[in-house]
Amino acid sequence: MAGVMAVAAESLAGGRARAARTVLDQVVLPGEELLLPEQEDAEGPGGTGERPLRLNAGVRARVRVVCGPGLRRCGDRLLVTKCGRLRYKEPGGSGGGGGVYWVDSQQKRYVPVKGDHVIGIVTAKSGDIFKVDVGGSEPASLSYLAFEGATKRNRPNVQVGDLIYGQFVVANKDMEPEMVCIDSCGRANGMGVIGQDGLLFKVTLGLIRKLLTPDCEILQEVGKLYPLEIVFGMNGRIWVKAKTIQQTLILANILEACEHMTADQRKQIFSRLAES
Amino acid sequence: MEGVMQTDAKMRTESGAESSPRAPGCSLRHFACEQNLLSRPDGSASFLQGDTSVLAGVYGPAEVKVSKEIFNKATLEVILRPKIGLPGVAEKSRERLIRNTCEAVVLGALHPRTSITVVLQVVSDAGSLLACCLNAACMALVDAGVPMRALFCGVTCALDSEGTLVLDPTAKQEKCGTEAADVHHQGALLGC
Repeated sequence: MAGVMAVAAESLAGGRARAARTVLDQVVLPGEELLLPEQEDAEGPGGTGERPLRLNAGVRARVRVVCGPGLRRCGDRLLVTKCGRLRYKEPGGSGGGGGVYWVDSQQKRYVPVKGDHVIGIVTAKSGDIFKVDVGGSEPASLSYLAFEGATKRNRPNVQVGDLIYGQFVVANKDMEPEMVCIDSCGRANGMGVIGQDGLLFKVTLGLIRKLLTPDCEILQEVGKLYPLEIVFGMNGRIWVKAKTIQQTLILANILEACEHMTADQRKQIFSRLAES
Repeated sequence: MEGVMQTDAKMRTESGAESSPRAPGCSLRHFACEQNLLSRPDGSASFLQGDTSVLAGVYGPAEVKVSKEIFNKATLEVILRPKIGLPGVAEKSRERLIRNTCEAVVLGALHPRTSITVVLQVVSDAGSLLACCLNAACMALVDAGVPMRALFCGVTCALDSEGTLVLDPTAKQEKCGTEAADVHHQGALLGC
């Protein structure tokens, strides 16, 4: 890591923006400017960003690049705002834009994003709305009609202190976030009040994203260990329930610790637990 | 970013030997930084410059009281606690300087009506405290994932009685100017 940081510091000292393509999967620091592929031709040897005049103006094809978390548009370039590794995803389908760039950063504090599935704790009931704490800067609001099969006569059985698994329908920086427990067809689809018992604990956001990747090894190994129910919230909260309290605590400790363990250490721990 | 990040910019050959004169090319003391050492704050960092050490914790973007909220950007608060005693006027002025620096760099417009709090605790003071506080605050903000438009740092400079510039002075070097008849200047340089 020290070697990578030295390289990053050198390029920052040079004052020249680097091409995004050359920095993929490397650590980038806030304040760095990245060039998109279409601007690299302009930054030729000794070029100061001046583009050569072309006689046929229609030749340059403009590619639309999506700027993900950790990056902001700054003129024609991308400005890095968070520390982390730069990632890129190719455009899927037939020529749909120029792909997505984003910074994989590690955080503990959650910021609500539309469409994210999160675990919230009901903190207050006021009139027709529940106030749900999702770990962000303000509590989200959840209408009592936003449950499957709920009508004005048939209210859902939600008390203060209950755990709710839902998704955001409104989540931007200017408005209070709103969540619902039904999908666009009106079905619960696994959302709603989370049942009795179990344990809720908090982990970093990066670990949640790692555990939710398809074919995650950690999850497959944990599943072979004990029969369990598990719910992941994108706000860093995990709810887990096993047959006995001891098994639940073991699972919670494993999931919290697996962020800092290598694959070998994890296999050792799992084999030891499977024996006992 | 978790883990230890140790940047070893040891330009002095002997670290800790404060009585011997430094190399004429102006050098800094050995400095080191560790991130993510506290479990409660969203971001934390410990910055060490020679024997001066400051611990910083960042909470945010979090809830803010209605009286303190700003409608279009985040409210930034800096709290500096000295090693002994209650915080006084000197701490308040340092807090203000650190807050102005952080406000210039943090993209507060992305999180309106929230608060970002930086808490700094002086663990040991052996000269150039303000620069160490600034560096610790920057590393803690980076660890918390607060969006920033640049990184910032600080270095304390001192002019001794002969007029030579000393970077990163120790407590003794900061004090010895007051005894001399010549004017002794001290300031913190900020670089982006």
